[in-house]
Amino acid sequence: MRAIQRWLLVAALLAASAAAGAADADASAADADAPPARQSDGQRLDPWEPFNRRVFQFNDDVDDAIVHPVANVYKKVLPEIVRIGVLNFYRNFADGWSAVNHLLQGKAASGFEMGLRFAWNSTFGVFGLIDMASELGLERQSEDFGQTLGRWGFASGPYLVLPIFGASTVRDAIALPLDRAMTPGALVSGGANRLGIAGVELISVRADYLAATQLLDEIALDRYSFVRDAYLSRRRSLVYDGDPPDLPEPAAPAPK
Amino acid sequence: MLKKLLTLWTLLAALCAAGPALAQTAPDELVRQISNDVIDSVKADKAIQAGDVGRIIALVDTKVMPSVNFQRMTSSAVGRYWKTASPEQQARLQQEFKILLVRTYAGALTQVKEQTVQLKPMRGSPTDTEVVVRTEIKGKGDPIQLDYRLEKAGDAWKIYDVNVLGVWLVEQYRNSFAQEIGSNGIDGLIAKLAERNSKAAAAKS
Repeated sequence: MRAIQRWLLVAALLAASAAAGAADADASAADADAPPARQSDGQRLDPWEPFNRRVFQFNDDVDDAIVHPVANVYKKVLPEIVRIGVLNFYRNFADGWSAVNHLLQGKAASGFEMGLRFAWNSTFGVFGLIDMASELGLERQSEDFGQTLGRWGFASGPYLVLPIFGASTVRDAIALPLDRAMTPGALVSGGANRLGIAGVELISVRADYLAATQLLDEIALDRYSFVRDAYLSRRRSLVYDGDPPDLPEPAAPAPK
Repeated sequence: MLKKLLTLWTLLAALCAAGPALAQTAPDELVRQISNDVIDSVKADKAIQAGDVGRIIALVDTKVMPSVNFQRMTSSAVGRYWKTASPEQQARLQQEFKILLVRTYAGALTQVKEQTVQLKPMRGSPTDTEVVVRTEIKGKGDPIQLDYRLEKAGDAWKIYDVNVLGVWLVEQYRNSFAQEIGSNGIDGLIAKLAERNSKAAAAKS
């Protein structure tokens, strides 16, 4: 029964994203993947900047108050091997889902590799706790459903900052519920259990990024736009598997 | 005496032979050489591994900068405002931007342990004067995408943009710079960069 509900959800999402994609194609100015002429790309894709900045601030506040301190303690208390094991466990689920997405994008070879990686780590790697497959040269090639939609031709749509989840776009936000449905947290029953498992995931990932976010503070002139621009570039690059077609040089902007 | 002359002569001959060979290094070969050179230097240097920014800057200056067109990097990041900047402003921009980027680079370098660089196949024809060299840093964990844009300047190739994990650095900074110049002018941007750099330097010590 739950499976049926899930697939109904997928169908509804796809319909919605198709609509969003079509709307984007009409508007064409809001298309990240094939813009006709580029202005300041980040700003062009961020029509909801005031709203986004508020959510960004909210996320920062939550991070400062709870997530960052807890992640700090987590990193101090637990030995590295345990933290890596926890991350591996969550990432193994993501690997399985990546395999499906490779196949959905018609990439049979890499889909097979990721499937093998998932199977290998789930068994010999003890439920994914140990990344045995990388030793064999089966490296992680991550794909999520947002990338799959991009591959299918759906435009990214405007930039969107989500509470807790952070940087996203309309397309990636539409894909997110399905991506999240394939994580350990969503596979157990009971609200508290789910929240607990997702909470551990959040903290373990945050702990892994402590150094990166510190670097971000140091190199960004404006953290909000730095994160936005990097996210949009990176997602576009991922949709094209690291080798996106060149964007046209920026058009001469209108004088301010 | 004769021996000394002989040595000198051999050295000169070697230089003459190496000179043109060096100048004609293919762009992917150049990237491979620099990458390996940097990785080897970091592995042999405990101070760099500990995050000694001074040492890292020295390393970058000797190994990397000779093959970087940093003026192009800066002017391209500053964009249309570059032409309106005075030569002094341009020099200051280059100086501060370089420190900013080297600090980014420094953070990554302190993580270098077991890494190796792998070149991906290059496209394009031998007559191209601008190419993209794509590499992957392999080590513990997932491979890291690191690509370079190079231009042919005379006989030598020079790097003018770097892509980390799908993000081209110059492009990334173009928006930030435009935003800052738009509200506070070129001097405002220089001040902002300098402030970021000095704040980070203070945090490190």
